[in-house]
Amino acid sequence: MAGGFVYNAIDQTEVATAEVYGKALADIILKDPKVVAITADLAKSTKLGDVLKVCPERVINVGIAEQDMFGVAAGMAKAGCIPFLSGFSAFTSMRACDQLHTDICYQNVNAKIIATHAGTSFGQAGSTHHAIVDLAITRAMPNLTVIVPADGLETANAVNAAYENFGPYYIRINRGFDRVLYDSQDYGFEVGKAVEVHAGTDITVIACGSCVFQAREAANFLENSDGLKVRVLNMHTIRPIDRDAILKAVMDTRRIITVEDHSIIGGLGSAVAEVMAEAGKGCAFKRLGHPDKFAPIGLHEDIMSEVGIDANGIIAAVREVMKADFEEDDNWDDDV
Amino acid sequence: MANLSKQEWLALEKKAHELRKLCLQTTDWAGSGHIGGGLSVMDLLTVLYHKYLRIKVEDPKWEDRDRFILSKGHAAIAYAPVLCDKGFNNIEQLKTFNLTGSKMGMHLDSNKVEGVDASTGSLGHGVSIAAGTALAARILGKDFLTYVVTGDGELDEGSNWEGFMTINNYQLSNCIVFIDRNHCMIDGPTEEVMKLEPLADKMIAFGFNTIVVDGNNIGELCDAIDVAIERSKEKCAPTCILMDTKKGAGIKDIEGDYHCHYMALDEETFNKYNDELDADYKARCERAEKEGK
Repeated sequence: MAGGFVYNAIDQTEVATAEVYGKALADIILKDPKVVAITADLAKSTKLGDVLKVCPERVINVGIAEQDMFGVAAGMAKAGCIPFLSGFSAFTSMRACDQLHTDICYQNVNAKIIATHAGTSFGQAGSTHHAIVDLAITRAMPNLTVIVPADGLETANAVNAAYENFGPYYIRINRGFDRVLYDSQDYGFEVGKAVEVHAGTDITVIACGSCVFQAREAANFLENSDGLKVRVLNMHTIRPIDRDAILKAVMDTRRIITVEDHSIIGGLGSAVAEVMAEAGKGCAFKRLGHPDKFAPIGLHEDIMSEVGIDANGIIAAVREVMKADFEEDDNWDDDV
Repeated sequence: MANLSKQEWLALEKKAHELRKLCLQTTDWAGSGHIGGGLSVMDLLTVLYHKYLRIKVEDPKWEDRDRFILSKGHAAIAYAPVLCDKGFNNIEQLKTFNLTGSKMGMHLDSNKVEGVDASTGSLGHGVSIAAGTALAARILGKDFLTYVVTGDGELDEGSNWEGFMTINNYQLSNCIVFIDRNHCMIDGPTEEVMKLEPLADKMIAFGFNTIVVDGNNIGELCDAIDVAIERSKEKCAPTCILMDTKKGAGIKDIEGDYHCHYMALDEETFNKYNDELDADYKARCERAEKEGK
């Protein structure tokens, strides 16, 4: 396992997802003198405490200035450092969007962005602190790898992968604790490759982030209650999207639902839709996510429930999409 | 002049003159260009690339090289000739400047043009990037210097001031900031569009050891840079060299006129401007003879 720091399922019930990032980075920073952490007055909120303990001289705090943080990171990367920037995803994607585009992605520097408080995980803070359009923005940035880990263990894997691979990364993690999806880091995490977390042939639910756990819960429920075999894919990498896994789902199940804690415009659902549409194969399809409006204020789980991206919402959507009827397609067995 | 002999000053004037002419020629090849802000900063580019920067033309990515960041990226019409003349890129490339398929666009891409340390063009980015390279030098234990030049109109972008705060906060004396104060921006004089004054006081308030010079006087420029380099040897308040310059410097017809921000040249104008550059060079040499030691 990359990074040399191994977590188990118990760790992540006791350690918030961002703290896993902090611990993984502390491990990396100790073994590589080129690695630096940069933050914009969010060292505590983005859980850099462990890094500050082991290597305070390589934690750069630029104050409340995200644009500066990105520029500084680009300069440091250009001069041979490997900067890990951390900030709230609302600000890393929007406040510093031009710097992300021009300083980081255009120059293709080796900087890693850890975007915390993703989606509506800081739900009570309101829309100023919700990040429900960040995937639409970052997914369109050339050179950028975009990862949405499903839990703490996957966050550790993503951080290690970002360290080991050259180029800009945007890793989007939640505030607080995530429901535990994996019980070890060794489940075959690979950047750009979806992970099947529940097998099925009737319909495929493609999810990312906190919605993956909810999708697996829904799949387990539907198997018992409706006798449905729901395939659940953890699409942790949004860019580059796993085209093969999507096409296989199209061919195998002909019914796809996407679920994300993000606007239905521009994020995972759009990425999947693009692949499906270009394949030219008919497929029932539904996007679950925030409708085209700002999200309500509330606890994360309450917001997820209200917009229908929790297990209940997914169950309802699966039942609806299973009713979709298809005309016969003579060419259905063609290879895509 | 502490470190600049009259002979060296005259040699730099000659080089600056050649580069101004090459800038004008490139504008002609390109069909148009940001000639005003290119010419105001040409003296600085000349002294940096021909006296101060520790760089290796044969090894543009040398990790211990001094960094230069042209935050006012539109001055590429001046910067590209400097890089080509220096040998980083084939001078023939200048004939493709701004043209379809060229490696050299209106704003230079550090991944396409050798010798460019940062891709700039969107204003207000260079200072933070420079803060980053200077911080990296400290962290990696390297003694290279970072030089960054911003425009004056560019300072309307608030991100510059975030960068200045970082440079001061970390006492990055190894980062030398230049402001090309040519008093003009696209829509008019800076003081009419968005007041910048008192600019020197602002830089002082932001923690910079601020030196105001005539940025189109090579002798004064070198004196100020010598002070900045001396100060860079210790971690202390950073230096800002506030260069009072003229937009379109060297071409009397357009000097100080904000309308010369971006220009196309016809043959008659091109020839006239060339003649004006020659006349300006003569006056500059006379000044060097008089003021140099």
